[in-house]
Amino acid sequence: MTDAVLLAGNPNVGKTTLFNRWSGAKARVGNYPGVTVDRRSAQVELAGARELVDLPGTYSLTARSPEEEIAVTAVLEDPSAIIVVVDATTLRRGLYLALQVLETDRPTVVALNMMDEAKRDGIEVDVDALSRALGVPVVPVVASNGEGLKELKESVASVIGDPRDPLTLDYGDATSAISALQGDDNSVARATWLLLSVGDDELELEASVRARVTAVQRDGLDEEIIGARYALVDALVDDHVTERTNAGPSRSDRIDSFLVHPVTGTLAFVFTMYLVFEALFSWSDPLIGLVEALVGWAQGVAGEALGEGMLSDLIVDGVIAGVGNVIVFVPQIALLFLFIGFLEDSGYLARVAFLIDRVMKKVGLHGRAFVPLLSGFACAIPAVMATRTIENRRDRLVTMLALPLMSCSARLPVYVLVIAVIFAHEPRVFGFMSAGAAALLGMYLLSVVGTLVAAAVLRRVALPGPAPALVLELPPYRWPVPRNLLASTWTRVRSFLVDAGTIILALTIVLWALLYFPRGHEATDAILSERAAITAQQSEGEADVEALAAIDDRVAASRLQHSYAGELGRAIEPVIKPLGFDWRVGIGILASFAAREVFVSTMGIVFGISEADEESQPLRASLSEATWPDGRKLFTPASGIALMVFFVFAAQCMSTIAVIKRESGSWKWPLVMFAYMTLLAYVASFIAYRLGTWFA
Amino acid sequence: MTLADLEIGGEATVQSVSGPRRVTCRLMEMGLLKGVRVKVVRVAPLGDPIEIRLRGYALSLRREDARGVELEA
Ligand SMILES: Nc1nc2c(ncn2[C@@H]2O[C@H](COP(=O)(O)OP(=O)(O)O)[C@@H](O)[C@H]2O)c(=O)[nH]1
Ligand SMILES: [Mg+2]
Repeated sequence: MTDAVLLAGNPNVGKTTLFNRWSGAKARVGNYPGVTVDRRSAQVELAGARELVDLPGTYSLTARSPEEEIAVTAVLEDPSAIIVVVDATTLRRGLYLALQVLETDRPTVVALNMMDEAKRDGIEVDVDALSRALGVPVVPVVASNGEGLKELKESVASVIGDPRDPLTLDYGDATSAISALQGDDNSVARATWLLLSVGDDELELEASVRARVTAVQRDGLDEEIIGARYALVDALVDDHVTERTNAGPSRSDRIDSFLVHPVTGTLAFVFTMYLVFEALFSWSDPLIGLVEALVGWAQGVAGEALGEGMLSDLIVDGVIAGVGNVIVFVPQIALLFLFIGFLEDSGYLARVAFLIDRVMKKVGLHGRAFVPLLSGFACAIPAVMATRTIENRRDRLVTMLALPLMSCSARLPVYVLVIAVIFAHEPRVFGFMSAGAAALLGMYLLSVVGTLVAAAVLRRVALPGPAPALVLELPPYRWPVPRNLLASTWTRVRSFLVDAGTIILALTIVLWALLYFPRGHEATDAILSERAAITAQQSEGEADVEALAAIDDRVAASRLQHSYAGELGRAIEPVIKPLGFDWRVGIGILASFAAREVFVSTMGIVFGISEADEESQPLRASLSEATWPDGRKLFTPASGIALMVFFVFAAQCMSTIAVIKRESGSWKWPLVMFAYMTLLAYVASFIAYRLGTWFA
Repeated sequence: MTLADLEIGGEATVQSVSGPRRVTCRLMEMGLLKGVRVKVVRVAPLGDPIEIRLRGYALSLRREDARGVELEA
């Protein structure tokens, strides 16, 4: 026996609300092994049970995929007790699941949730009679305000350690097939699970088990089993429940006639997505600025305290910058998950899938992929994390692997700089549009088309398999409980900080070392002695601050050019030359692995301009004057567009790799993503450069 | 006639459910069984999927899957 109390139930019946009420701040979130589905649990002390587990929502104990199997396995694993949470307003569907749990001999309690709504709708449940009919305690609760929680705990405590007789159903003609599969444990639940799930499934089962199941399966068996259960459910409800009397449209119906309406619904949809977008782009901005300011301040303080030297540089530019690289994502992650939590708990996220399914299905994606994809325009990190709302593993992976192609905000500074350099005189295209605006628009279109095509191809090539049917409940609209939103947001932020954060920190330090070492080089030493000469003069009164600053920039440039990353940039020049890039651009591309916008400041250092951003005039001027050794210009419209196209497609972002490792549970998928995106970037950039030179 | 042919606002009783087992099992387990009353509430603005009401709750499914749900005349 495990020492867990399980919360099982349909989606949206209030399991998580109940879980949060019960466990308070003690919740811990882990992963079910093998599948990246959250395992939300908390330590509790109750009649010998020690753990409360919030199971993924399920409509039955049938399971065709590893994700669906979680609930089945947990129930059949012999927990201390099972609480089946049912929604009193959709009792029939809830009881369908409850019956299957009652077919086991595990101690069980039925929590009759949403009693406030049931009362409002005039639904009356004869709790005692229902409890007698089911043979287990039935406890009315209101999870959102904690009503009935105490009684629920008492009931659970009373059933723990007290096995009951399994409920027996009359399965009619299906009985023989079921008894043929009842193993030593005599479990009807397991037998019916096998009968309904095997075939068209992705389960890992022993071949002998599979063979025994298929031997007794036949046409119509599914319907007989399911029908027998619903017959009992209907009888129970008819006998013990007075259902909704007023047959008029419900509150949710009235809201839906606005929110799913062809005109107002579309407007509401666009507006909601616009808000998500605003939150990620604008609302997060001051917070990100604050994080950056804090990191800058910490770097300043540490730099002061440690003085000059390698250790100081490691701490300031490696460790503190690395920590900064991690927490800088927190505002966007937190905002996105507050939003998603609100959309999900309120019931609107299901409507989003309903509204957009037609479009998403075309590229082989689930309607739930829409919000993550859209978020990809802001940043792939929160977007990848948001794919958790997609249940099916393959759908989730496809979305996760395709969405880093969406043009995130970190690419924008690169586009802005390159466009300013190659279209310095603001030529026009089509008579009205500036060439720069056209190029920018082109990059965004390219990224959207790229994402959708990549998704469609990945779905067919890398992750083929049946697309899960869209059989989606549209739950009633409900006000989300703030406590739930905060809990789920905090969960996400914490798992990002702990799991992806450590990888990002480590990669930042590695990248720092590549850009920092080796220190000594004759070219750098020569400039340093020049500097020493000037400082020597200065002490005689002649302070030439500008000359010193210029020399410092040359030192930085020389150091970077002779660092490992610099050497690597030179080494890859033959490879990137066909794209129109020289070794200096190569260094920029390598350094931008930290984050794409780092390309801009790195080009600044390479060209001896300190603290440059994409608006910096000196940097723009240096870049447009930069030439190849033979005097040809480095940045032409052709090579500039090729560079932007490269940034559209390349996986130049270690944080994305870290977060995909975290969310997919293995290094395989981030590597697949890195490989396909790099290849795509190279080929597309090559074509862009060839076409560009040919036109010019 | 199938569920996919029912007009918005139309109501009928389910006769049988057929299609890939992945879909039929799911539909039946959610209560869409022979003898159940269903009503088409609305259609998504893009024409697919559809929203139906059965057993007191709202369910959405694609037309291709709704075609497998035969209705009583
Ligand atoms: N009116 C009402 N709403 C509730 C109750 N319990 C949960 N909710 C709401 O129902 C929605 C779904 O709850 P949640 O706990 O996420 O369901 P889960 O999918 O089973 O985990 C949320 O918006 C909750 O705020 C309740 O007893 N009464
Ligand atoms: Mg939940």
